[in-house]
Amino acid sequence: MSKTNTGSNLRADVPAIDMQGICKAFGQVQANSDICFSVRKGEIHALLGENGSGKSTLMNILSGIYQPDAGSVHVYGQQVFFRSPRDSIKRGIGMIHQHFKLVEHMTALENIIAGTGQGLRLNKKQARIRISEFSEKFDMAVEPDRLVSDMSVGEKQAVEILKVLYRGADILVLDEPTAVLTPQEIRKLFKIMGRMREQGKAVVFISHKLNEVREMSDRITVLHKGRTVATVDTASLSADALIELMVGRKVDLAINRPRVVSDGVCLRVENLTVQDIDGVKKLDEVSFELNHGEILGVAGLAGSGQKELCETIAGLINPSAGSISFHDKNIVGLSPREIISLGISMSFIPEDRLGMGLVASMDIADNIMLKDYAFHKGPMLQRRIARKKADNIVKQLDIQTPGIFHTVSKLSGGNIQKVILGREINLNPKLLITAYAVRGLDINSSHTIYNLLNEQKMKGVAVLYIGEDLDVLLDLCDRVMVMCQGQVTGIADARKISKDQVGLMMTGLTYHETVNSVKTDSMINESEKGAGVR
Amino acid sequence: MKIRLAKKEDVSTPKAVAIRVGAVIIAIAFSGLIILLMGHDPFETFEAMIKGSLGSSYGIRNTITVAVPLLVIGLGLSVAFSMKFWNIGGEGQLVMGAIWGTYAAHQMPDSISPWLALPLVGLASIAGGAFWAVIPGFFRAFSRTNETLFTLMLNYVAIKFTVYLRCELWKDPEAKGFPQIAPLPDSAHLPKLFGIHIGWIVALILVVMVHLFLRYSKLGYEIRVVGESERTAHYAGINVRKVIITGTLISGALVGLAGMLKLTGVSWTLSESIGGGNGFTAVMVAWLAQLQAPVMIITSLLFAVMEQGSMAMEISVGVPASVSKIIEGLILFAALSSDLFIRYRVVAERKSSAACSSDNTSAVIAGNGEGGTK
Repeated sequence: MSKTNTGSNLRADVPAIDMQGICKAFGQVQANSDICFSVRKGEIHALLGENGSGKSTLMNILSGIYQPDAGSVHVYGQQVFFRSPRDSIKRGIGMIHQHFKLVEHMTALENIIAGTGQGLRLNKKQARIRISEFSEKFDMAVEPDRLVSDMSVGEKQAVEILKVLYRGADILVLDEPTAVLTPQEIRKLFKIMGRMREQGKAVVFISHKLNEVREMSDRITVLHKGRTVATVDTASLSADALIELMVGRKVDLAINRPRVVSDGVCLRVENLTVQDIDGVKKLDEVSFELNHGEILGVAGLAGSGQKELCETIAGLINPSAGSISFHDKNIVGLSPREIISLGISMSFIPEDRLGMGLVASMDIADNIMLKDYAFHKGPMLQRRIARKKADNIVKQLDIQTPGIFHTVSKLSGGNIQKVILGREINLNPKLLITAYAVRGLDINSSHTIYNLLNEQKMKGVAVLYIGEDLDVLLDLCDRVMVMCQGQVTGIADARKISKDQVGLMMTGLTYHETVNSVKTDSMINESEKGAGVR
Repeated sequence: MKIRLAKKEDVSTPKAVAIRVGAVIIAIAFSGLIILLMGHDPFETFEAMIKGSLGSSYGIRNTITVAVPLLVIGLGLSVAFSMKFWNIGGEGQLVMGAIWGTYAAHQMPDSISPWLALPLVGLASIAGGAFWAVIPGFFRAFSRTNETLFTLMLNYVAIKFTVYLRCELWKDPEAKGFPQIAPLPDSAHLPKLFGIHIGWIVALILVVMVHLFLRYSKLGYEIRVVGESERTAHYAGINVRKVIITGTLISGALVGLAGMLKLTGVSWTLSESIGGGNGFTAVMVAWLAQLQAPVMIITSLLFAVMEQGSMAMEISVGVPASVSKIIEGLILFAALSSDLFIRYRVVAERKSSAACSSDNTSAVIAGNGEGGTK
């Protein structure tokens, strides 16, 4: 380095984060082996990899949650040893987690300044000024005095980002930030990220969605099985090439959508209304039809009534009004077991995966018989049948496990999901309800699940697919139903509707309103781009 | 150097057993220290305890007689515990079983054969215990009432009700004014085999039955699913309320049967002290055995040895018998804390003070090799 370099130039040359030769093992599993990861100032650097490729471990090392077994971490050229998340925050590293860590009953302001105070009194006035400075600088619309519980997911995320910035972070790690947002909210987030880049922050962006990564990032580091595969300029690689790096072999990205001639209506839901204990309508006059040999996708922001819809059809919740007809037979009021025996299967994958659907402390075989043990003859369990089934399911779905007597809570997320889905499919259902089947899964495992669902569809099974990723919903499903606050805002042919239209419908517009609004929306984007140049 | 707890990976069963047995040994060693502080020789004391309980055929017979109700109650409690219904009302259910059994025994004609009388008394006791357990079961199933306090309080109701029966309603007119309940007729006395009332055979049969029931029956499976998560059970089509009520009925029935065994095999008359704290000791029997029915044979004998041996200890060494209660308490304490060492390991390291959080149960922290060795 020449002596003529000024201080600021020197700073620009030194990477913001430089992790070299990072190794970390958990028992027998080598989660990180000799990983190198370096992020420049003023760049958005994407971190790509399948489940279990070591991304979370690496980021947990960066944020001081884990300590590496070997390797060094430099921040702006200085070697650091983080012993706790606090150390990492002090060095200006801010994590924005997928699940927000906000206190719901406090205002945005209170959440942002919580834990930063020096003295006994909070200086809210000064904090307010600083927050508004940040909001302006990064183009974020946050109302400091609104309760977090009243905010949308996108707004909560903005608060979370502000919180990190307020603590002086100039290296930001965003862990799958787009997973729960509408396309419109994603666009806003990308604008904020762009501003961060302009302000000279270093941004690490973790996402499973390739198109987003390709749109937003400057460089990409790909991890595979705990090792660094490559760090490349985003512009230099095609999507297919990227996938090949990630998975280690060529993968067909396209999702199949076989056409099946339907043989009639399977499920007819009419004016279905569900209220919670407080009388709040969780489902509001929901009506739709689901045909055999069809996948009907359900799109909507988290908490728009998807969970209630699933649980009502499965007989876990009693509706206050409306009817659900399965093969022209009203099933409202039947017990869950009667509904199961009719051939209605539900696999609901909650955020913690194990909350409902599996018995965490039991083994795979015991979990496989959860739905059909009642149909075993006599008062005793017929374990031999269950074992055979478990063996088959493990083999068919390629579940990674030491054996069928392995406790399910010790399986990885993808394998847990396969156990649930495998069990439900094994019941030979006529109607299969699946919610968030690919939540948190990598591309490879996701495609296994899509193929399974398509197989079911081709067998004539009616599939209700509740999903999060709009791209997948539009590629996999035959029709898409959009929900907003418990109401159906529209049902459309998935081959014809655009992602933006679905996004707008998720916020409450009807299909016809979106046709006009998408046009104006794109015009606004154009004008904003113009303003940005100025 | 800082010390922190790190989650362990899989702990093999033998290792977990070793940790638990070790905990019991530590507890006994610690109680030896207490005995020493009291001015007695701990070795002599323990020797007296073992001799008193296992040193003679008389002692062994008595020890087994004490172990039988502990085992049967423990089996009953384990059914409730498997569905995470914290039944600590064993004492009351036992007393209630004995009350109903006493009533049945006194209703029967004098000429009745014991082969008919005993099963009838047994059925009455089973019904009594089941009735006393299903009350909190019902409230738990239908209004999510806290069963721990409910079952605990019902103990005292049952005990005080017995006092009322003894002093008023069932006061024996032939006892010359002494407040006691008339002894059972001879037809309601349990016969003996090898010098011990045949309750021990009943208990061993029940061990097999409860084991098969919890592991291999549909209802047992449902009970375990409900214990894990009521939501999952509901989703799988299990009628959660029905399972809770049936589960508490079975649990109480077994405890009630233990009441019958004590009544017809040992005391032959009903009094409020018939339980003798067995309902509480059995909680430890079940818990120390990790709800495994066969293991309860061992744990019930362990507590019986202490209970039986404590009397010998008082007589020959002069250590108060209540010291055995201290030992029991220490064993429970050690057993509970041994869980911590089964799930976690203590890691000493130079640098790190961070509390480890892992995003799922399979992600565990292995010992920091360098930190440990330096």
